[in-house]
Amino acid sequence: MNHFVQNFMMPDLYQVRQMRRETDDTFTLQLVSAGGRQPFEFAAGQFNMLYVHGIGEVPISISGDPGRPEALVHTTRAVGAVTRAMRTLKAGDLLGVRGPFGVGWPVQQAVGRDVMVVAGGIGLAPLRPAIYQMLANRDRYGKLVILYGTRTPADILFRKEIESWRARLDVEVYVTVDRATEGWHGNVGVVTKLIPKAPIDRARTVAMICGPEVMMRFTALELEKRGVDGDHIYVSMERNMKCGIGLCGHCQCGATFICQDGPVFRYDAIQGLLSQREI
Amino acid sequence: MHTLEPILAEHPFLRGLKQEHLELLVGCASNVRFEAGAFVFRQGQEADHFYILRDGKVAVELFAPQRGAVTIDTYGEGDVLGWSWLIPPYHWRFDARATEPTRAIALDARCMRTKCENDHDLGYELMKRFARIIEQRLDATRWQLLDVYGVRS
Repeated sequence: MNHFVQNFMMPDLYQVRQMRRETDDTFTLQLVSAGGRQPFEFAAGQFNMLYVHGIGEVPISISGDPGRPEALVHTTRAVGAVTRAMRTLKAGDLLGVRGPFGVGWPVQQAVGRDVMVVAGGIGLAPLRPAIYQMLANRDRYGKLVILYGTRTPADILFRKEIESWRARLDVEVYVTVDRATEGWHGNVGVVTKLIPKAPIDRARTVAMICGPEVMMRFTALELEKRGVDGDHIYVSMERNMKCGIGLCGHCQCGATFICQDGPVFRYDAIQGLLSQREI
Repeated sequence: MHTLEPILAEHPFLRGLKQEHLELLVGCASNVRFEAGAFVFRQGQEADHFYILRDGKVAVELFAPQRGAVTIDTYGEGDVLGWSWLIPPYHWRFDARATEPTRAIALDARCMRTKCENDHDLGYELMKRFARIIEQRLDATRWQLLDVYGVRS
């Protein structure tokens, strides 16, 4: 094994500093290095491979603040053997971390433009670092609009934080749920319905979308219909990433390696893959 | 004298409509306001109007036994509410309730149907616009049925 591969395939040991339940099936892990690797620099939108000893390794986007690299934060949903085991971790437990991997959100390219962030469900987690970064440099961007759609009111991720963003005078935040429950007085319906409400200059807007692929496809189509060019729309793809460095081919879609060329792609470069079957 | 024409002309649903058609619409239009909690229409009632929403929020609800009123969708500024006035037997299929103070332009259904029958250009133009709305809502419903945010089993 050459040195490059060995470096990227060897997990570093991290310790759980805090485990927080976000919703019924999502949680946030805050990690600190157990081996002295601190701080953990990363770009908004990048992911790590997290290894639960004896169970397995999964790719998880970093959901923390790039401006606070001393805290390595991941938010995910308990859906498989590894993430279910991860949910049982407590402060002090150890796990392996490889990364950061991949290409992140175009936070720099968006400077001077209006930005529309469209998140669906757990897709808010990979977008949160970009939101932190833009809020920390708020004067460098035009209008900032955050649209968030999720299943039910109980599934709203980072609820308190969304409320604090909404309280700001320089950010427009709209939330909708697919299914209302008693006591919900907000919007009901799919997230694309919120797009016409967003007060942005569509010709100078950069859109960042993350969520289930169906949601991203419909959102990108709606944005294009409303005048946002495909080369100003970015989506984050999720595939079965394994090595993280474009070697194993598990996440390969045609000639594209999601782990290395993505996970964030310009929509016009990836839109053909979004509607193809069996890849 | 002020008329509702400028408000109708600026609304996204009617933007770009020919002047002569706007003038026809104004004859069927009236300003309405609903307080939070007030019903705009009730399931089973005659669909005697449709609404061009100016601001506020309206929830479309379905009452289900043992579940109460379930909100299916919400509409607000820039949206159009109601198409049962177009389709016999012209009865509302759902309840619509203002969840915030809401201002709208109500268009009288009989008046509109008569004008559309008498002026097929107007009728066709409105049909095209409603077809787009119906298509968007059908797409949204299909997407909601997919339950895309649910856990795949």
